[in-house]
Amino acid sequence: MDSKEVAGWVKDAQAAFLSAGDLDELKSARLAHMGDKAPISLASRSLGSLSPDEKASFGKVIGDAKAQIASALDSATKKLENIRDQKVLLEEVVDITLPASRMHRGGLHPISIIKNEISDFFIEQGFSVAEGPEMESGWLNFDALNIPADHPARTMQDTFFIEPLESGMVLRTQTSPVQIRTMLTQEPPIYIISPGRTFRADELDATHSPVFHQVEGLVVDRGITMAHLKGTLDNFAQHMFGADVTTRLRPSFFPFTEPSAEIDIFFNGRWIEWGGCGMVNPKVLQTCGIDTDIFTGFAFGMGLERTLMVRHGITDMHDIVEGDLRFTRQFGMGL
Amino acid sequence: MRAPLSWLREFAAIPESISAQAISDAFIRVGFEVEEIITQGADLTGSLVVAKVLAIEELTGNKKPIRYVELDCGEKQSRFVICGATNFAVGDLVVAALPGAILPGNFAISARETYGKTSNGMICSSRELGLGEDHSGIIVLPANSLNVGTDAIEALEINDVIFDIAVNPDRGYALSIRGLSREIAGALNVKFVDPVEALKKLEFKKSGNGVTPVLEDGASVFYLRTLANYKADALTPLWMSRRIEKMGMRSISLAVDITNYVMLELGQPLHAFDRSKIKGSLRIGRVKKDQKFTTLDGQERNISPQDLMVMDDNGPLALAGTMGGLESEITNSTTELALEAVRFDPIAIAKNSRRHKLSTEASRRLERQVDSSLAEFASARFAQLLIDLGGASHVDSQHAGEPRFAPIVKLDPAYVSQILGFSITPEKIREILTVIGCDVDKEFNVDPPSWRWDLTQPADFVEEVARMIGYDAIPSLLPPRPKHASLTWSQKRIRVISSALAARGLSEVQTFPFTSDAIIESMGYVNERAKTYRIANPMSEDFPVLRTHLIPGLAAVASRNIGRGAKDFAIFEVGSIFRNSKDLVAAISPELDKKPSKAKIDEIFGSVPVQHLHLGAILVGKVEDTSWRGSSRSYEWSDAIAMAQEMLQLCNLEFTVVRSDFAPWHPGRCAELLIDGKAVAHAGELHPRVVEQFSLPARSVAFVINLSALPQSPLVRGEGVGAMPPALQDVALIVDEKVSAASVESALRKGAGELLESIVLFDRYDKMGDGKISLAYSLTFRASDRTLTGAEIAQVREAAVAQAVKDCGAILRTA
Repeated sequence: MDSKEVAGWVKDAQAAFLSAGDLDELKSARLAHMGDKAPISLASRSLGSLSPDEKASFGKVIGDAKAQIASALDSATKKLENIRDQKVLLEEVVDITLPASRMHRGGLHPISIIKNEISDFFIEQGFSVAEGPEMESGWLNFDALNIPADHPARTMQDTFFIEPLESGMVLRTQTSPVQIRTMLTQEPPIYIISPGRTFRADELDATHSPVFHQVEGLVVDRGITMAHLKGTLDNFAQHMFGADVTTRLRPSFFPFTEPSAEIDIFFNGRWIEWGGCGMVNPKVLQTCGIDTDIFTGFAFGMGLERTLMVRHGITDMHDIVEGDLRFTRQFGMGL
Repeated sequence: MRAPLSWLREFAAIPESISAQAISDAFIRVGFEVEEIITQGADLTGSLVVAKVLAIEELTGNKKPIRYVELDCGEKQSRFVICGATNFAVGDLVVAALPGAILPGNFAISARETYGKTSNGMICSSRELGLGEDHSGIIVLPANSLNVGTDAIEALEINDVIFDIAVNPDRGYALSIRGLSREIAGALNVKFVDPVEALKKLEFKKSGNGVTPVLEDGASVFYLRTLANYKADALTPLWMSRRIEKMGMRSISLAVDITNYVMLELGQPLHAFDRSKIKGSLRIGRVKKDQKFTTLDGQERNISPQDLMVMDDNGPLALAGTMGGLESEITNSTTELALEAVRFDPIAIAKNSRRHKLSTEASRRLERQVDSSLAEFASARFAQLLIDLGGASHVDSQHAGEPRFAPIVKLDPAYVSQILGFSITPEKIREILTVIGCDVDKEFNVDPPSWRWDLTQPADFVEEVARMIGYDAIPSLLPPRPKHASLTWSQKRIRVISSALAARGLSEVQTFPFTSDAIIESMGYVNERAKTYRIANPMSEDFPVLRTHLIPGLAAVASRNIGRGAKDFAIFEVGSIFRNSKDLVAAISPELDKKPSKAKIDEIFGSVPVQHLHLGAILVGKVEDTSWRGSSRSYEWSDAIAMAQEMLQLCNLEFTVVRSDFAPWHPGRCAELLIDGKAVAHAGELHPRVVEQFSLPARSVAFVINLSALPQSPLVRGEGVGAMPPALQDVALIVDEKVSAASVESALRKGAGELLESIVLFDRYDKMGDGKISLAYSLTFRASDRTLTGAEIAQVREAAVAQAVKDCGAILRTA
């Protein structure tokens, strides 16, 4: 027994492990080269009969050899296990293109999506989202907004009236009463938007609905000018319709703003009326107890349905109001 | 309001070089929306002449009447043409298109053989020439109005551009050529001549006693001019009838045409009465009692003291400012006329118009405020034209009342710049205000013109300056902004719940909040859930009231989707409901222009009924889409209850569950979820009657959460969870089948005490007989500071069971 012989055992073991074709063969090879009867094991056991000097030197040879054999076994085991695993896993292959989802496909209504998007945009600008009732006092919906009874401006809006008529109660024709409620209960500076459901007695057709949604904005602060209105709307338009959109203000008339304007956007090659806006009429501010020597304000409003239809190329209002799942599902969460 | 360019040019020096599009852009820039530019005559070329009908030969044996007409077209020889119209006679002047002419629609005229004759041209209708929609007959020109052979394109002013303009309600003055001419002249910076200036110089001599005006109510000034010797057969000159037609109206008779013409030209509605029908003086006021009155459209109307009327000693003759009466109308035997021109109170006319659902050219102008001083001059214009064209003579002019004008406003020029956000010099402001007709003194006291009742406060003048400069000049700046804003907790909660439901496969829908008494009744709603508010003017008599619950609307949408082929789905809606919680009080309408008192504001807010926000959902068919794995189970009552509970859990809200008999759910399969003893949600299987009514699949389920009733979520205190091991203990209890699972669980929790971490019902066995069921629970116990000993665990387990025995009559089931 000499170190050369031991090296031979190592070589034999390494060769045997390397040539093992599967884990079973490797097991036999392990028993043959590392088992109790293996030469290295026998040699190891015989160390006790050697002199202390021989024991020390030869013991190290044997120990090193055992480590080499173990290492060879380890890498052979890993290699063969890997092969086995791959084979097994290959057999377990499935068609992962099979339709996996079984849950119904849900989604938010596109009006909710656009309302959330607009709210988020304005919250980032420091505006709060104000809300109010849909069935509303006529004084808040009309009079306080400088729309007196019998003024032609009231006939501009076909109002749903609630019985008894003496109550003056209406289904709000605009979300502007929310602006009045806010101004009556809060001190400036006021920065709000008021998205919500509104009502006008229009027959349902491709572009009109008796029940629809608006978003209005109101700012009352020191030194607010029409330039601030324009800047806010330019920013808003670009957020909604892309950086390339062009806006235009046109003189118009609303009883609650003076000066008043229509905001048009140039989108997909044509001018589209988007909404109305203007500087809050001092009469409206005075009715709400806001000192017009100190504060000025602007307001704007537009239809959510219209915004949605223009931006998403929706051509029929029926799709928005009928609740057909096939329509809503297209929008998912809108992100 | 239409505005022919040829007529605008009479008062505004619009150069020929400016295109129709540029004129339209200028109108839009100053606030007049041009809805349409109508170009007449552009697609009309070749020879169009005035011709006289010399002879008519009726050709018989055709399906329709056909005439073979001999025309004098001012040529050496007569021309013969075939014509299908019959509204003309020998001697009439007509318009003939000669061969070579091309009419609108690329319609080439040539000599052709037809009906066995040679037709050498065509007699034209208005529509064939692109002048209007009238195709009921050919154009017949007033006798002797033109020479035969005259170029008709020029004589009829066919080549013209007509702007159709939407006039905002604050600009009544612009419902006239005078007003629009002034605007376009200002917008294009060209000279404007006010036609009223010339009328101010007119004088009429009194030659007899005319009708006396009496003004009792509803107007500031009332002019009445009496004219005699009117030749009722006098014809409207062509230039006038053509202009009236271009404005979209019809020529009727000279006297009526002049009233319309002057209204269109100047903006003042006029009404001409047959003087012989007037008894005594003419009075503007109210009738004393309800009565019948027939307007000249032949309709009998119920007149009441609310209406403003024009009356003589016998009674009403006209619904003031709205429509004349049939009896005093001008007829073809009228020789004496009384012309009324009044500056009516706009609100009185608006009320007349609204009460009688009668919107006329006159009422539309009067309710939008007419020039205060125009009654005098417009009536003078009428007299001038009737004398010139109708041979009439002036008898007498009288008036009652005096014009009232808008007050002078003190304007600080700096205010204009402050509002617009850019600098404008006082000189520029003065120049613009002068262009629109104001007088401005050195101190900037601004006296608005008589036609601008809308200019009452400095802000009104700011708009005038801005629009004449152009809104494009306003810079674009972002305002100073608050540091922070966020959604409120209730707004965030709606988003969280909606998103959670959408992520679970529910689709959000939105329905109209309208319903009917029949639906409310059939759903089984009672008490305050059956009481709602009624719409006075609903879109449909089928849905005249406001909804009290979301389920009917959702069921209808579910039904619609099923009808369109959907089978398995879940939908939800977030929306307001309206319950008649209080009788509506009479409208509270405090004074404007100053803030109402706190008490008054509270009273107004309090007068509006509370409208709760609900979330409702309906789940129909299978829980999952049918797939290659097969078909899943159907939704059942517990799915709806689970979803409602999960939404509350999502909000960290603690609730209890009780069974409820609540419409429109199945009385035995409806859960009520309570927070602090208040019902906040209902869930379960829909009542079979409702399922059937909406043709939903059997056992469809639904839930509704009253979002407005949910309290704010408590701030979560994050308790440390520790790393001690749990101890699991199973217990099976036999209870009476009437005992609810919730009460057993509650008893177990109570008995187990604080060491109990969680409890799960893992089995329910209802086939024991004797009205008994078995409930098997897995209890997890854990202490945060130690591993529980066997003795401790046994003790709490026994305590839990003992409590269930005591509270629910449970018997511990042994293996």
